[in-house]
Amino acid sequence: MKDQRPVVILIFIFLVSIILLIRLFMIQVVDDSFMKRAESNAIQRIVDHPYRGLVYDRNGKLLVFNNPIFDVMIVPKEFKVGDTTRFCELFKISKEQLIESYTSARKYSSVKPSTFIKQISTRDFARIQDFLVDYPGLFIMTRAVRSYPNATAGHALGYIGEISSTQLERDTLKYYSQGDYVGLSGMERYYENELRGKKGVKYKMVNVRGVDKGPFKDGEYDTASVAGKNITSTIDMDLQLYGEMLMAGKTGSVVAIEPGTGEILAMISAPFYDPNNLTGADFSKNYRKLNNDPIKPLFNRPIMATYPPGSIFKIVQSLVGLQKGILFPETTFACNRSLVACHNHPNPVNLFGAIRNSCNPYYHQAFRQIINREVSSNTFKDTQIGLDEWRESVMKFGLGGTLGVDMTNEKGGSIPSSKLYDRVYGVGRWKYSTIYSLSIGQGEMLVTPLQMANLAAIFANKGFYYTPHLIKEIDGDPTLIPARYQIKNEVGIDAKHFDLIQDAMAEALYGTANRAVLKDLVIAGKTGTAQNPHGEDHSVFIAFAPKDNPKIAIVVYVENAGWGGRAAASTASLMIEKYLKGTITRPALQDYVLAGNFIY
Amino acid sequence: MREADIQINRVDWITVSIYFALVTIGWFNIYAAVYDSQVEKSIFDVSINSGIQLVWIGTAIVLITIIMVADSRFFENLSLVIYLIFMVLLILTPFVGKEVNGQTLSIGFGSFRIQPGEFAKFATALALAKVMERPTFDLSKKNYQLIAFGVLLLPVILIILQPDTGTAMVYFAMLLMFYREGLPSSYFVLGFGMIAVTLLALGVENNLYLAGAVIAITLILIFLGKRTWQRILAFSLIGLGLIAYIYSLDFVVSKLPPHQQNRIMVLFNPNLDPLGVGWNVTQSKIAIGSGGLLGKGYLEGTQTKFDFVPEQHTDFIFCTLGEEFGWIGSLVVISLFTGLLYRLIIMAERQKTRFTRIYGYCVVSILLFHFMINIAMTIGLFPVVGIPLPFFSYGGSSLWSFTVLLFIFIKMDSSRATQLGRLG
Repeated sequence: MKDQRPVVILIFIFLVSIILLIRLFMIQVVDDSFMKRAESNAIQRIVDHPYRGLVYDRNGKLLVFNNPIFDVMIVPKEFKVGDTTRFCELFKISKEQLIESYTSARKYSSVKPSTFIKQISTRDFARIQDFLVDYPGLFIMTRAVRSYPNATAGHALGYIGEISSTQLERDTLKYYSQGDYVGLSGMERYYENELRGKKGVKYKMVNVRGVDKGPFKDGEYDTASVAGKNITSTIDMDLQLYGEMLMAGKTGSVVAIEPGTGEILAMISAPFYDPNNLTGADFSKNYRKLNNDPIKPLFNRPIMATYPPGSIFKIVQSLVGLQKGILFPETTFACNRSLVACHNHPNPVNLFGAIRNSCNPYYHQAFRQIINREVSSNTFKDTQIGLDEWRESVMKFGLGGTLGVDMTNEKGGSIPSSKLYDRVYGVGRWKYSTIYSLSIGQGEMLVTPLQMANLAAIFANKGFYYTPHLIKEIDGDPTLIPARYQIKNEVGIDAKHFDLIQDAMAEALYGTANRAVLKDLVIAGKTGTAQNPHGEDHSVFIAFAPKDNPKIAIVVYVENAGWGGRAAASTASLMIEKYLKGTITRPALQDYVLAGNFIY
Repeated sequence: MREADIQINRVDWITVSIYFALVTIGWFNIYAAVYDSQVEKSIFDVSINSGIQLVWIGTAIVLITIIMVADSRFFENLSLVIYLIFMVLLILTPFVGKEVNGQTLSIGFGSFRIQPGEFAKFATALALAKVMERPTFDLSKKNYQLIAFGVLLLPVILIILQPDTGTAMVYFAMLLMFYREGLPSSYFVLGFGMIAVTLLALGVENNLYLAGAVIAITLILIFLGKRTWQRILAFSLIGLGLIAYIYSLDFVVSKLPPHQQNRIMVLFNPNLDPLGVGWNVTQSKIAIGSGGLLGKGYLEGTQTKFDFVPEQHTDFIFCTLGEEFGWIGSLVVISLFTGLLYRLIIMAERQKTRFTRIYGYCVVSILLFHFMINIAMTIGLFPVVGIPLPFFSYGGSSLWSFTVLLFIFIKMDSSRATQLGRLG
């Protein structure tokens, strides 16, 4: 018995060793969670945020740049405040704020740096800089916020803000992390990938107290950040600013397009806001204020507001009729006011006269011919076929669906199909008399101001358009812009049909929009009135100029300003003059627009 | 001179080699533990711990030389005197020693300080060997058991008074030697049984389950054997006693000092308070666990370099090894310790005198306890107990005491041929 005991002791020793080795094998080799915990312990990943790309206007004028702002950081353990009164004076904070900031920093960590005072201005930074050495435990961290030197084109440019949790979830490439800034609207959002650049990463080692112990593996895994690409917008800043001046205090939209390229020269959504309010420390506060404002300054009217096209749509009807061989320049209808109301003009009228005088009965009768082709003996069936064929032609004008402008939240408006009426009235229970309002651009159709501006461009181009866009160059290279903005879209109407239209539009100015006439520059235009069931009608005007070599196509909406010939036509004419001539020769007209008393 | 020559040839060089291997690896690890890449200092720099440790190693070699040239019978003859001297030193320590963190462990002058608690280990080993060497000494008899436990418990009580529970625990390792020398197995069955019940009582949340289990086992044992009333009474009393013990344990634990309570709680739930009480164990496991199979490479460890593991050059020195040399490094060091212990048992068993065999087993007991508890503690298998890893941990007292302990035995072993067979 006694002689076995040394063997028992030996077995015990081996068992202990084996248990220790198995346990070590489990934590060292099998379980890799300790490796990760060790990394998060000692290796700090520091993201190097790149500079976001700048945005220029079409003439190289700066629209958006990065403004450095300064956060005062604190390491509570090292912080010594000394004379609190002097400190509070220097940093422009109250004693309560000082205590609160210090307490919350302390709660986060007494050894790791955290933000003490957020976003002090460059001027304050310059003032504080020299005194910082007196306060151990404080240092400055520089960041950049967006800044807008002329506070213009807020809707088009958009804004950036902290990434939301839903956006983070959708970011499958895991590029973003909590607290990152991303473009939230407008071009900032649309060109986020170009503007953001590429984040860099630095790995540094820290000891248990968070003290920097130098780069990890001599910076082998570090990557430098790449600054975002600068982009050039199609916007003409001077024109944009002028438009904003004219639209100040009103509600509505102005969209100006260069017809030959689809480049948006100006895009004004009134009321507008100062984009500088949506940057920096006060973003949330200001955003809430703007968002709750009853006049909805954040609502981007040119692409989000939809209105019935009204009289301006008669031009589209004319073109569809001409192309289908149903209407001819000499086609004449009587101005039969028993069908729809009209205004006084010579009677009967041919197509030219109908456009010039905006004759409602003419289009009531012309549209019936377009719709009811007698391809079916059943009048209901015939209407249905006619409507769908007509819809197909109209949609080629970029109506009834989004155009695809480089902004988010674009609305497409609507052009009704037979299905819509089938749903509302029942199959085979509606005919031309149900849908005749469409003939004069009323009824179940809606368009956005952007689509209207695009129509003006189509009329100017005699039958084609480039999808309107805000991007001109990326990194100075015009070929880098999205390919679809370089594709010509034909609307399926022969160019020859546009001559009559253009002539009629030029003539129309003298009848309906005398104010818009310019002495030595031929403007082709058409007034419209978008009916408003809630109050005074909206004043609408589309135009392009010069008529023979169009450089600008424009639409102006002024809400609740009544007839298109006054507010909208005057504004459009001033915009055209500003863009083509650079100066305003009609101060009286400008004063008239600025005064804004259009209803009388 | 002739005798000395013979003795040199008889020195157990395997043991000596393992000793130097462990001391060298330990020294390199101490350098790694205090290494700071930003202030590069040589391993020999005496302003850092590795340099100081080298001084300790040098003086340890001087001690070895003295032990090896001394007469082997010196220790045997003076064992009780040595024992008494250290007991007196232990009594004096609380009065003349220097207080650090509420403990008074060391005495000495200026920077030269020794911890009598460390050296008392080999003194106690010598004393035990001396009192137990007589052929008539029989550990199965009560009066001899009293003598042996008396010699063992005197330093334990003195050390607990300092207070240094960790070091006091080490003395109970001698039970292993008692086992070899014939202490009845029933003591160990009882002892391990109590430890198991204690661990269960501490580990299981609801004592009701344990009490139920005790009742069930007692009933089964009663029905399995003869159902005499004496037997039924005995088992019932034992069962009731156990249940009383289980329920009293929570009360006893609540009376312990808070830091000891915490160490016990953390063993059962390391995630209880990872930044507070569990910090040492958690960080130690992270450091070792992040080493992987091959480790991060010498001086490349991040956890031990940047002070995440407290006490890493002393009690937690194994973390540096685990992090920088991985499982393979752990395997090598554990194999060296196992090899050393194996070799010491072989040596102890070949002794001709009972004195040297008993002393040899004391060495085995003390080294095994330190090795087992220290590493188990760094990987969360045992509560944090402040005891060093032999030959590895930084510190003069610890290195010296282990060196003296080991080399006295090597010396005795080398001169075994000159001794008369007195094996009882």
